[in-house]
Amino acid sequence: MSERTLALAHQFEDLGQQHEAGSLGMWVFLVTEIMFFGGLFAAYTIYRALYLQAFEVGSHHLDVRFGALNTAVLITSSLTMALAVHAAQTGNRRQLITCLILTMLLGALFIAIKLIFEWGYDYREHLVPGINFVFEGKVTPHVELFFLFYFFMTGMHALHMLIGLGIMTYLVLQARRGRFTPEYYSPVEVSGLYWHFVDIVWIFLFPLLYLIGGRY
Amino acid sequence: MSQHVVPKRVYFLVFASLIALTLLTTGVAFIDLGRINTVVALAIAVCKMLLVILFFMHVRYSSGLTKIVIVAAFFWLAILIALSLSDYLTRGWTPAPATWESSSSMLLHNPPSGETDLEVA
Repeated sequence: MSERTLALAHQFEDLGQQHEAGSLGMWVFLVTEIMFFGGLFAAYTIYRALYLQAFEVGSHHLDVRFGALNTAVLITSSLTMALAVHAAQTGNRRQLITCLILTMLLGALFIAIKLIFEWGYDYREHLVPGINFVFEGKVTPHVELFFLFYFFMTGMHALHMLIGLGIMTYLVLQARRGRFTPEYYSPVEVSGLYWHFVDIVWIFLFPLLYLIGGRY
Repeated sequence: MSQHVVPKRVYFLVFASLIALTLLTTGVAFIDLGRINTVVALAIAVCKMLLVILFFMHVRYSSGLTKIVIVAAFFWLAILIALSLSDYLTRGWTPAPATWESSSSMLLHNPPSGETDLEVA
């Protein structure tokens, strides 16, 4: 059997169609993810409109520096992921593995910054609803609501990143075995789609949580 | 192979644009523009999203079928947000009848004591 027939599943006409079906299937999954995070964004928008003052007070307790730094880290990881797909398309196995590992390291760096400098700080400042929330002020219950949204949204985002790290570990192992060729690299492509989606969620979380609370 | 290989140069250009837009949105947040701040922050976020979707996610080079699935997703998301907000943001536009007074504490533009209350009638 030739490489070509090995790469092509029997239900597809050709590799182009197979690739298209894979990407489309991943996009359909991402559509459900858009609606999942979209529901959270909608709820956040409504409560922010209802309790604007409290949400701005809450937002001021977040550190823009770490938010911006993490945005840059995640965008860089999207670049290395895009380069990983490029390496897979051009059959450069060494570069593929390097780029995947770089992406994983940047993803881990993002989570480390979040965990140590942000969530750790919030915990010490008693800003974690349900665990140790203590806040002195007129609008306390709604500041707590802001932090509930903050922890749930960033938490769900971080969970998606952890899943992404698991997927990339699998990709690295498969790439080492030479499973990906310029004819067959759909797993790398669709994992890339997933990772970029997670990046997009953060691209919206950053301004919504950190920036629009009247920083000036 | 029929798949489009995006040149690396494009990826680096998109990356540079994304970093520049991140710096821009962070900087603008510290300038008082009133309500425009939110609009600018979201507009920049949408630009960044489009860059990621079109180039990193290869949608610019995808089939029409993939594109329409994505457009449909955002259309549905727009319905979710627009219809929800058209309820909450317009509750203060018309005064509630006196007999509904107890439920008016939910009103956005008519809060009872400086802030709104979560009690639902």
